[in-house]
Amino acid sequence: MDFSLSETQRMLAETTDRLVRDRYGFEDRKKILAGPDGFSRPMWATFAELGLTGLGIAEEYDGLGGSMGDMAVVAESFGRALVVEPYMPTLVLGAGTLGLVGSDAQQAEILPQVAAGTCFLALAHGEPKSRYTLCHVETQAAADGGDYLLSGAKAVVLGGDAADHFLVSARTDGTTSAPHGISLFLVPRAAPGLTIRAYPNIDGTRAAELTLDRVRVPGSALLGQAGQALPTIAHAIDRAIAYLCAEAVGAMQALNALTLDYLKTRTQFGHPIGAFQVLQHRMVDMEVALEQARSMAILAADRADDPHPHERVRAVSAAKVQIGRSGRMIGQASVQMHGGIGITDEYAGGHYFKRLTLIDRTFGDADHHLVRFAAAAA
Amino acid sequence: MDLKYSDEERAFADEIRAFVRAELDPAVRERVLNHKRLSKEDFLGWHRKLHEKGWVAPNWPKAYGGCGWNAVNRFIHEEVLAEEGAPPIVAFGINMIGPVLIAFGSDAQKQYYLPRILSGEDWWCQGFSEPGSGSDLASLRTKAVLDGDHWVVTGQKTWTTLAQYADLIFCLVRTDATVKKQDGISMLLIDMNSPGIIVRPIITIDGEHEVNEVFFDDVRVPKDNIVGEPGKGWTYAKFLLSHERSGIARVGQAKRELCRLKAIAKAELVDGVPLIETKTFREKIAAVEIELMALELTNLRMIAAEKSGQAPGAEANMLKIKGSEVQQSLTELMMEAVGPYALPFDPDALEQGWNGEPIGPDYAAPLAGTYFNYRKVSIYGGSNEIQRNILSKSLLGL
Repeated sequence: MDFSLSETQRMLAETTDRLVRDRYGFEDRKKILAGPDGFSRPMWATFAELGLTGLGIAEEYDGLGGSMGDMAVVAESFGRALVVEPYMPTLVLGAGTLGLVGSDAQQAEILPQVAAGTCFLALAHGEPKSRYTLCHVETQAAADGGDYLLSGAKAVVLGGDAADHFLVSARTDGTTSAPHGISLFLVPRAAPGLTIRAYPNIDGTRAAELTLDRVRVPGSALLGQAGQALPTIAHAIDRAIAYLCAEAVGAMQALNALTLDYLKTRTQFGHPIGAFQVLQHRMVDMEVALEQARSMAILAADRADDPHPHERVRAVSAAKVQIGRSGRMIGQASVQMHGGIGITDEYAGGHYFKRLTLIDRTFGDADHHLVRFAAAAA
Repeated sequence: MDLKYSDEERAFADEIRAFVRAELDPAVRERVLNHKRLSKEDFLGWHRKLHEKGWVAPNWPKAYGGCGWNAVNRFIHEEVLAEEGAPPIVAFGINMIGPVLIAFGSDAQKQYYLPRILSGEDWWCQGFSEPGSGSDLASLRTKAVLDGDHWVVTGQKTWTTLAQYADLIFCLVRTDATVKKQDGISMLLIDMNSPGIIVRPIITIDGEHEVNEVFFDDVRVPKDNIVGEPGKGWTYAKFLLSHERSGIARVGQAKRELCRLKAIAKAELVDGVPLIETKTFREKIAAVEIELMALELTNLRMIAAEKSGQAPGAEANMLKIKGSEVQQSLTELMMEAVGPYALPFDPDALEQGWNGEPIGPDYAAPLAGTYFNYRKVSIYGGSNEIQRNILSKSLLGL
């Protein structure tokens, strides 16, 4: 048993921590959010220079390789700085899914561009009526000669505003909630019939609603086997959840540090408010919640690629429950202990609260994963 | 990062498991697993088996007859014993006064007491709390005055667990009332058979006799029965409370109780459907299982840090808080699981050798009592509020 970071992970942590410390302060972030894209392309270029856009991509496609544990190190650092660039959508959901199921030709076409920092990806799976149910896919893929015609709608596609290619799920068979019959297609942004309505999320990240109206893609755009995509999508999303758990740990750690600092500096009734026991105990509970969340984030990253899906699902869903609950508790308590300042836009604390809240809403909240865990445990 | 036990550690766990399965009296195991009452002999019989094997004191150095194991192996030992339904090793000698004597006792005290703790010959109890000194332990008033070759002790201790079995008590007493309250405390080793000691049972809300009041009326204690120096008792007490922490979260026991909870929830039917398959209850079990998973990993992280040379610190207080919460949740859910059969109170059904007709399912009798009894775990050993006070200072600097 060994909970220490590997040499590679220590270097990654140093690299990303230094980057966000030097160039991703809260004021820098405000400027980035105010820019035309809502994120920073120069910053993305820096990620590429540092090799971060090659993480998790096989070396034969110009990547650096690396496990979910390695990506979790980056995630935690990005969580501390509230990084808004579409790193998880492009690297974990995009490149990661291509790595799981893409043919050699598909990977060779896309992944070197991702590694070079010149290509963004997004997984377009959720739909307006699917909530968190992964097998709920209404979008249709009709065979047409050697091509497919994709029609339907995709909801809250993370990183969808910037994506150059989408990985779109659609039915080649089966009824709306059937586990079989779901296929994945690679769809370029410029495909005729694809409408992208991009928007900011309330935490500063970005997403899009997609409408597909008889979008024609060649047979070579099919990722993996027709009708067999659901296990791949579930695996890809579990990996994304492991990433989000680590990101949330970074955000919780930063928010706890801000809150503790505030307890020591804010004075009322002639004392720093941290002298009051009711706030001390609440702060201790926030630290305990953080440590419990960190334990589970470590487990999720460790099991995200477990060859036994049952083990993966148990660990990832349990972690998502813990992160959801810890994040909610820490976010709400932090705002409360800050008082009014906690809900002002100019103060960083509220932005961590927003990010933590949205992470709980992403790919299934604590309630959803409690049910999924219970089903896997039985 | 490697979250799995090494091959050596797994082999070690297997060895311990095999030993427990071969050596533990099945009747005792059945009583532990089913929350029946344990006798003094149940504890001691198992204690002696572990002692013969050399496994009774994982936390003691080898030089004193302990195992000298690292933190990971100590954790495995504790966990496997608990999972297999072994009675807990009585903490007062092995985990409490033993380490204090090893660190601060005189040579004579070590030579005399330590072997008797290992063999189970002496049963110790803990004389800390008093009626007026609970969380504010340092305000204790039981006093000891030197009179020739003896300390003369007068006062009262309370919440003294299993004092009815004890041969000896380690006792915090005030030997100097003129200095700061923490600086006037000494630790004495007192024979429970001394004239002037009266033990009076306290019956808890589950009807059980586990804790006691101990009264001292001019009890004469040989002068040499002081631990270390006079006035240092508070330091020794803090050492005692912080010393053996790898087992504080009781992960092994909680895993055992989770299995029991699931078994009960499978056996209980709601409109013909097993309780465990109903949405609400299944999710309650899942929630506590996740809490336990997180607790176990947090515990392992802290143990790994300890093994690699970092001193155990504030983390033990966190483990105490979360561990007690998990234990309490489990006892509450087990009581909840049996529905109306939580109501009947049949203490005879917990007695050894009882073979009457159970009221309701045979597993139901102890569950409500255990729930009521287990409110103690967030109170003893420093209440969870005191743990938060400690963390607030030591971890947060508030």
